[in-house]
Amino acid sequence: MIEAVQSNDKQLKSDTHWNGDGELEVLTFDLHGETFALEATMVQEILDLLPETMVPGAMPFVGSVINFRGKVIPLADIRLAFGMDAAETTIDSRIIVIELDLQGEPTLVGLRTDKVNEVTTLAKTSSEAPPSVGMRWRPDYINCLVKRGGQFIILPNLQAIFSFRKEI
Amino acid sequence: MSMPDPIAVFRTEAAELFEQIESGLLDLTHRLNDKDQIDAVFRGLHTLKGSGAMFGFDALAAFTHHCETAFDRVRKGEKPATSELIAAVLAAQDHMRALVDRPTDDHGNIGEILLAQLQRAVEGGAPVTAILEQPIALSVAAAKKGGTNTWRIRFSLPVNSMVNGTNPLGLLDELRDLGKCRIAVNTSAIPSLDVLVPTDLHLSWDVTLTTDQPRSAIDDVFIFVLDDMQLEVETLADEGAAEPLASIQPEAPAPVATPAAAVVAVAAPNPVPVPASVANEREAPSSSDARQAKAAENVRVPAERLDELMDRVGELVIAQSRLRQLASASMDIQLRSVSEEIERLSGELRDTMMVLRMVPVGSLFGRFRRLVHDLARETGKVIELVTEGETTEVDKTVIERLADPLVHLVRNSIDHGLETPEERRAAGKEEAGKIMLSARQAGGEVIITIKDDGRGINRERVRAKAESSGLIQPGTTLSDQDLLQLIFAPGFSTAAQVTNLSGRGVGMDVVKKTVEALRGAIDITSRNGEGSDVSLRIPLTLAIIDGLLVRVGTGRYVIPLSAVEECLELSLEEDLRSRGRSFISLRDSLVPFLRLRDLFRTGTKPDAHQKVVVISTGTERVGMVVDQIIGDHQTVIKSMSKLHHDVATFSGATILGDGSVALILDVAHLVAAGQQQEAQVRAAG
Repeated sequence: MIEAVQSNDKQLKSDTHWNGDGELEVLTFDLHGETFALEATMVQEILDLLPETMVPGAMPFVGSVINFRGKVIPLADIRLAFGMDAAETTIDSRIIVIELDLQGEPTLVGLRTDKVNEVTTLAKTSSEAPPSVGMRWRPDYINCLVKRGGQFIILPNLQAIFSFRKEI
Repeated sequence: MSMPDPIAVFRTEAAELFEQIESGLLDLTHRLNDKDQIDAVFRGLHTLKGSGAMFGFDALAAFTHHCETAFDRVRKGEKPATSELIAAVLAAQDHMRALVDRPTDDHGNIGEILLAQLQRAVEGGAPVTAILEQPIALSVAAAKKGGTNTWRIRFSLPVNSMVNGTNPLGLLDELRDLGKCRIAVNTSAIPSLDVLVPTDLHLSWDVTLTTDQPRSAIDDVFIFVLDDMQLEVETLADEGAAEPLASIQPEAPAPVATPAAAVVAVAAPNPVPVPASVANEREAPSSSDARQAKAAENVRVPAERLDELMDRVGELVIAQSRLRQLASASMDIQLRSVSEEIERLSGELRDTMMVLRMVPVGSLFGRFRRLVHDLARETGKVIELVTEGETTEVDKTVIERLADPLVHLVRNSIDHGLETPEERRAAGKEEAGKIMLSARQAGGEVIITIKDDGRGINRERVRAKAESSGLIQPGTTLSDQDLLQLIFAPGFSTAAQVTNLSGRGVGMDVVKKTVEALRGAIDITSRNGEGSDVSLRIPLTLAIIDGLLVRVGTGRYVIPLSAVEECLELSLEEDLRSRGRSFISLRDSLVPFLRLRDLFRTGTKPDAHQKVVVISTGTERVGMVVDQIIGDHQTVIKSMSKLHHDVATFSGATILGDGSVALILDVAHLVAAGQQQEAQVRAAG
């Protein structure tokens, strides 16, 4: 079972760096039929699938590591954080390598995605806080939802997602 | 890459100088008249003063000047070196450290008190001012103190001195401040325009100075450049005698300085200025070349660059093993020979790289002499510190991380191990307790031992304490080693043990943790009334290890080769029989084993012929059952990210020749995990 370290009233804020015009450049990708977005500045590289090495005993959510340019980095599946089922890889599957600040240490992490879409600009005016009801996902794992072309793009709160601790 | 902060550079340099001064002083406590050490201390103080002034640590420079002066007199044989003097300078040195670390703080009048102490040590009670004002008698000319003298000063600086920030104009200004000056410049050494490098200094000066200041005042002008320059000072007042004074030689009696000094000695008596300066000019480059050669022997490199280089070498090793894989699959003879060549080269490069990171343990031991010196004073115990094997080399990172645990162990030995002189006499031992620090290399490990000849560890008290603090159940049977290891258990230290000596907030459990984090181990032996040995066994390096590559299910793992004792096949009958109990008998002793397939929950069918890799974790031997033993593998250790810190089974990861990642087994933790699993099975079954 996975629990957040922080309780909800003291949740980790992953800063969304809207620029002066209230815009944000993001990379969008698909997971389980939903569209997610990551701030473009944190994205290091998009990789084709690589051979993975399972880490026995690790949390399923970061169950393996990959060789990223001579560095061994964890490969995370945020599907599991959102309660989605792990999926078979397809021809469109990619790994997005991001740099994340984990407890004050910049850490490279690979994220599994079903498909990488595009780099685009989101407007703050069309963003909304996650609704408190009617959602299957943990609200503290989501920074905001941005409405775009009739659907929602989810900006996940990676800080919160990666700061959980395994509970036995 | 940005320029290093000059202040930081100075601090590093100062730290080294302090070490040099301190070790010299401590040596002197044993051999008061060791000329080499006196010189070494003086040189250290002198350099510290010079660099301090250069980097704007004026208070430091001024303070150090007095210590230097005191030592200068000892060096010249005017005053004997006494233990009071050494104690005073040691104390003064601590103040200097404070001045380096916090130059802007108000240090109150500590400096003056220390100087007064120093003064008393040198003079036996004369007022402080005497040392401040008293000129250093350097030459016959000092006898003429009080009167006005005319001096002839000829000097030239090294060609590259402008680059190093020396400004000859400043020197000339200082000379002018001393009195009436007539300055002539000698331009004969300037080369023709086409070969002239504008930043080089080709001028030399000939100064006639009339002053009431003593000779030492002139020397003071040149004090910061003295080591590198050619300087002749002779008095003109006494025309008849016209005895040229010996030129001032650099304080350092370092061999490199000798050629320059010899040349000056020849040139000095020559009354004709031009040939003399020509001779100087001609010889100057050779002496500065010698210095540069000396400087090139040691290069100060920031540690990060070494780490960076280490990373590159690691990547090269990985790329090379990929090449080897390709080459061995190919029929191309040429490719194979190139691959072999590269394999050899990268192996050599790796070895060289390892050596670069190695530092002698002596640098670590050095600081204990001071510690022991101080502790002896505090506790009133007589302690003799013996060090052995200082030249044993260990990876730099290991040294840094070992410093605190070792300090703690030594304090502990002195505090709890050694008895007071009275107790020792009563026990029929020598009054002086002995602490022995030794280091030696054994295979892939370095063994650092702290040995004392004190009272030894009282096993009953350890047991009583462990029982009362709930670490063990009363009446538990423990092996001797396990019992002694209890002193490293967290929460073992009791209030009775915490003295100002064993303080510093590092408990013995932290010692153990640090050593384990370095993949090392601690062994203790202790004999009642005869003392204890604590041995730290530390792997030589943290960056690249020899590993045994094995396959478990579909995953490949590396077992550190240093832990592997032997490999054998798990016979079918052992395999079947061991469903109930996981032991194999190995040459008449029972060795428990773990099935890594079960531990890692691979969910694959086991291979027909299972192998057992027998590893030893200190005293315990454990077998690891794997599907296949692939072979040995040069393992470049890559650390795992924070996200995998909860997985203690693996100490790191490495990249194999085909680019995939293999995990490195943490043997000690794996055994613990196996025991846990075994316990669960027992509890369930």
